[in-house]
Amino acid sequence: MAKLILLLLNWIFLCCNVAAVFEDQVGKFDWRQQYVGKVRFSHFDSHMQSSKKVLLASESNVFAALNTRTGELFWRHVDKTGPEGNIDALLQHGQDAVLVIGNGHLLRSWDIGVGGMNWEMVLDPGSFRSACLVGHQGAVKHLAVLKKTVISLHYLSNGHQKWVENLPESETVDFQAVYSGGNGEVYALGVVPNSHLAIVVYSLEDGEITKQVSVEAPWLSSIPASCSVISRGLLTCVDSTTMSLYTLDLHLQLEMTQIPLQALLASFATAGEKTVVAVMAPKNKTACSINLFSAETGRRLLETTLIFTVDPNGGKPEKLHVQAFLKKDDSVGYRVMVQTEDHTLTFIQQPGRVMWTREEALSDVVTMEMVDLPLTGAQAELEGEFGKKADGLMSMVMKRLSSQLIMLQAWIAHLWKLFYDARKPRSQVKNDVSIENLSRDEFNLQKMMVLVTASGKLFGIDSKTGDILWKHYLENIPLNAAFKLMVQRTTAHFPHPPQCTLLIKDKDTGLATLHVFNPIFGRRSQVTPPALPQPILQSLLLPLMDQDYAKVLLLVDDQYKVSAFPSTKNVLQQLQETASSIFFYLADSGQGRLSGYRLRTDLSTEQVWEVVIPTETQKIVSIKGKRSNEHVHSQGRVMGDRSVLYKYLNPNLLAVVTESTDLHQERSFIGILLIDGVTGRIIHEAVQRKARGPVHVVHSENWVVYEYWSTKSRRNEFSVIELYEGMDLYNSTVFSSLDRPHAPQVLQQSYIFPSSISTMEATLTEKGITSRHLLVGLPSGGILSLPKMFLDPRRPEVISEQSREENLIPYAPELIIRTEWFINYNQTVSRVRGIYTAPSGLESTCLVVAYGLDIYHTRVYPSKQFDVLKDDYDYMLISSVLFALFFATMISKRLAEVKLLNRAWR
Amino acid sequence: MARDLSFRVAVLFSFLFFGFINFVCCNNERRVGDALETDFSGLSVPLEHSFELDDTAKFVVRGTLLLKTGREPSVALSQNPLSEEDRVKLKEVAEVDGLYRIRVPRVSLQADRQTEWQVDGYLTAFVRACAMVESHLSDVITLHTDVSGYLIGVSIVTIPGACRGTKVEDEVDLEVFNTTLSIMAPVNAPGPETSLFLERMEQETEKKGKNPQEQKSFFAKYWMYIVPLVLFLMMSGAQDQSGGGASGRAAAA
Repeated sequence: MAKLILLLLNWIFLCCNVAAVFEDQVGKFDWRQQYVGKVRFSHFDSHMQSSKKVLLASESNVFAALNTRTGELFWRHVDKTGPEGNIDALLQHGQDAVLVIGNGHLLRSWDIGVGGMNWEMVLDPGSFRSACLVGHQGAVKHLAVLKKTVISLHYLSNGHQKWVENLPESETVDFQAVYSGGNGEVYALGVVPNSHLAIVVYSLEDGEITKQVSVEAPWLSSIPASCSVISRGLLTCVDSTTMSLYTLDLHLQLEMTQIPLQALLASFATAGEKTVVAVMAPKNKTACSINLFSAETGRRLLETTLIFTVDPNGGKPEKLHVQAFLKKDDSVGYRVMVQTEDHTLTFIQQPGRVMWTREEALSDVVTMEMVDLPLTGAQAELEGEFGKKADGLMSMVMKRLSSQLIMLQAWIAHLWKLFYDARKPRSQVKNDVSIENLSRDEFNLQKMMVLVTASGKLFGIDSKTGDILWKHYLENIPLNAAFKLMVQRTTAHFPHPPQCTLLIKDKDTGLATLHVFNPIFGRRSQVTPPALPQPILQSLLLPLMDQDYAKVLLLVDDQYKVSAFPSTKNVLQQLQETASSIFFYLADSGQGRLSGYRLRTDLSTEQVWEVVIPTETQKIVSIKGKRSNEHVHSQGRVMGDRSVLYKYLNPNLLAVVTESTDLHQERSFIGILLIDGVTGRIIHEAVQRKARGPVHVVHSENWVVYEYWSTKSRRNEFSVIELYEGMDLYNSTVFSSLDRPHAPQVLQQSYIFPSSISTMEATLTEKGITSRHLLVGLPSGGILSLPKMFLDPRRPEVISEQSREENLIPYAPELIIRTEWFINYNQTVSRVRGIYTAPSGLESTCLVVAYGLDIYHTRVYPSKQFDVLKDDYDYMLISSVLFALFFATMISKRLAEVKLLNRAWR
Repeated sequence: MARDLSFRVAVLFSFLFFGFINFVCCNNERRVGDALETDFSGLSVPLEHSFELDDTAKFVVRGTLLLKTGREPSVALSQNPLSEEDRVKLKEVAEVDGLYRIRVPRVSLQADRQTEWQVDGYLTAFVRACAMVESHLSDVITLHTDVSGYLIGVSIVTIPGACRGTKVEDEVDLEVFNTTLSIMAPVNAPGPETSLFLERMEQETEKKGKNPQEQKSFFAKYWMYIVPLVLFLMMSGAQDQSGGGASGRAAAA
């Protein structure tokens, strides 16, 4: 009998947790955008006239082919991150593209038609310099790879090595380029910086040195930075200091000839027999003109001007990628792909028509927030009525009447639009979203995603469609900047516009700047942020609001002085009143020091507690607090015997994770400290022995979940800590860190997880009634929605009547990945780095954005859609039943009356 | 200004006084306790406290912590009662909602680094002074160590912890500390419990092997439960489908 119940229970759980997507729901609530990253190499496929491919190799180690007509991806290959997968060179011949990867470690050949791999070769070690295709008698069959000390020749068909030769004088001459003109010779070009150019010519057949010359070039310091070999052995170099172009015929090796020119950017391209150079020059502030020059003569080609309009919200042009082709009348036509500082690719056709743009900055999202959309005008009008102070009965009535009138007007307009749209054929009706007609939907499911990217470009994306609604490029962002995005004022305070603040901090100097903007329109706010001359240690957003409903942002500088933004009189007064209850902490992982401070009325601070973790044995790797917008619905858990176990819900609790400095697999450990951020009290201290990072932590409600690598068992493990106050609550009305003398009960349990993970986050809903799930980003690109129910330290090892009553799942050491738990079905999210969750207006629904190389947005329903009627809900049936019942009662009532009357007459 | 000066003098005085008493006290403690052992593997560090009207930290010695080092560290505290001036000051500080802070030096409880401790920083903690007063100096002090036995944090709470504004009239209540002291090392977090689980699984299979009756298939054993369940489900499903018609007919009849 017990077994049956167990089975039934299991069956019920299975049913409860099925969260898969139906086929017709694909793409209905979710979207994915795939990116490549900042482009390093590009190559237009020109072996066929009709080909519309451009090959891109990016700094994110991605190799992809784009459709030049639409800008969409044909295929994409994502390699390892870091220097191992670094793409050094991209060569293309016919259907084959050859990549040199990992500083000359690997040679890979791809078929560009379908994106499949032809072959892969491991090269001899050596630091990579250059590579080129080697042709002979009209056919390209070889490939030359130049390393620091050697040059080698490989077959293009299978990658095998034909010969390898040492480079002469490789200690003094820095060989940087290799070239072959198709006449059975291979030229290795080396440079002695600011002195001369060395050219070594090898025979294609056996690798013998046939010639060795040097050419004076005192202005040249690096070949790849300024030079390019164009058709028929013409080495062309751009000297940026004198703004001139040098050319050198490699076959003749005479003096370099100098051609002065005025340009910003230049790029070479070949069309048929002709080689052209596209030169971009600034025209005025908002536009650049691109012209085509003949590379042989340096003459400008007629009718080749193209205008590129510089986006005021974008960066300056950085690189040109030219696709040149021969027109029917044998003149040269071209299209350009302009790469700007903000990693945007713009593909332009003559005379300046933008065919497509790709925002590659989105491949590196650092942080994001979701902001509610504003109400429609009519709704806002009504809301505004409640916000204002009462001023007389009559005016209130008038105001109400006028707002009702406006609503009526809007409704009629809406009806008219419906009617008008209905007459048009369906294909013409477009639901185009623009900033102007954005408004909140009934259930607040559509929001504005504000994304901050590492390049310093900010984006506003509509969460429903994934369209980019605004973008803003911040210039002068330091390379190693840390970003923190805060929503100071939400859209709830009409007519005050919503306000977001981005804190940009240089990690080296600690100096920070603030960018204040409107998250709906992306425009810089009217409010001028304060200048921050001192390095900033900590920033905190207080729940205090100024008279304009903007939350107060406190910034702590390195003198432990606090400045407030906004810093109006009202704010300062409020701060003075509440100063003694404002505590904050600072963490210095270098010294292992965690210290707590209290604000004083004069906005200076005093240190109130200090915890020091000795850095000799362990270092702090992460500190996680709770999210401030999190709601917990129930204060406790009902036990099997109907008593209540109260949760320890400390909003100030910090989970501090440390890793041991000793990485030996027997002695390494991970420390988990739960510290109260106000009092500095160590609530719990645990050590996971024989474990190693990277540790991923989620801290929410009364639990902390962390994932680590167990060095002893060589597997990934999850551990969950839950905190309970016990059977009675100390103070049920309010929680104060200063008045909670009893330490909570701590329960902990661990599980085996069959995969490593990339990132982890918990779902979040409006009121916290819905059960929680953990969203786990896996390296495979899947996003797993793991019910928190499985990570519960109260899971019993031996099943009892009480645990069954409580619906606890019996303990099993392994957490199984069920395929139906993947929320992104086949929509793989490459290199997922972060998951952002936001509540929607529906309690059952949580909005999820996963970002990494790709961006994926979907909705999850951890407890299924308990507050929504299904799509296929049978309204007809229910209403017909209701009507039928209604009439049946009427008729039977009538019949009963007649019967009664008849009986009375009898 | 004059008052401030006298105040400071008082503080100084009390400090001297304390130091003296302390010394005596410590001696007493040692004589009373198992003298040899504590001398050999013990480490005595000062426990200092500070409560000032302007909330600046001026730490004075409150007592001495006797830390017993080694595998199982333990701690003992000898402290002296609060002086008259301090009691008055503590009450004054409590009235302005000041803080009562304590600190201990960072030391290691490892056996090889004992007896001598150098000051390389302190660990501090606080409670509200009013809580200290209202609880009649009943505090709970916990020292936390890390894996290697280094002190990493100290925490102080009072029981009860709340400040209700009740006046402590009797000064005698504020004389003697009623301290509960403990030392906490990190607990070992559990790993996945595979052995127990496997044991349980084995037991179950054994049970199955013992009585072959249970080897029967699932349906063969539980058909009497499943058939009604399925019937019930089917019925409810059918009701959904033809609910309208059925009710209509019922009503008409």
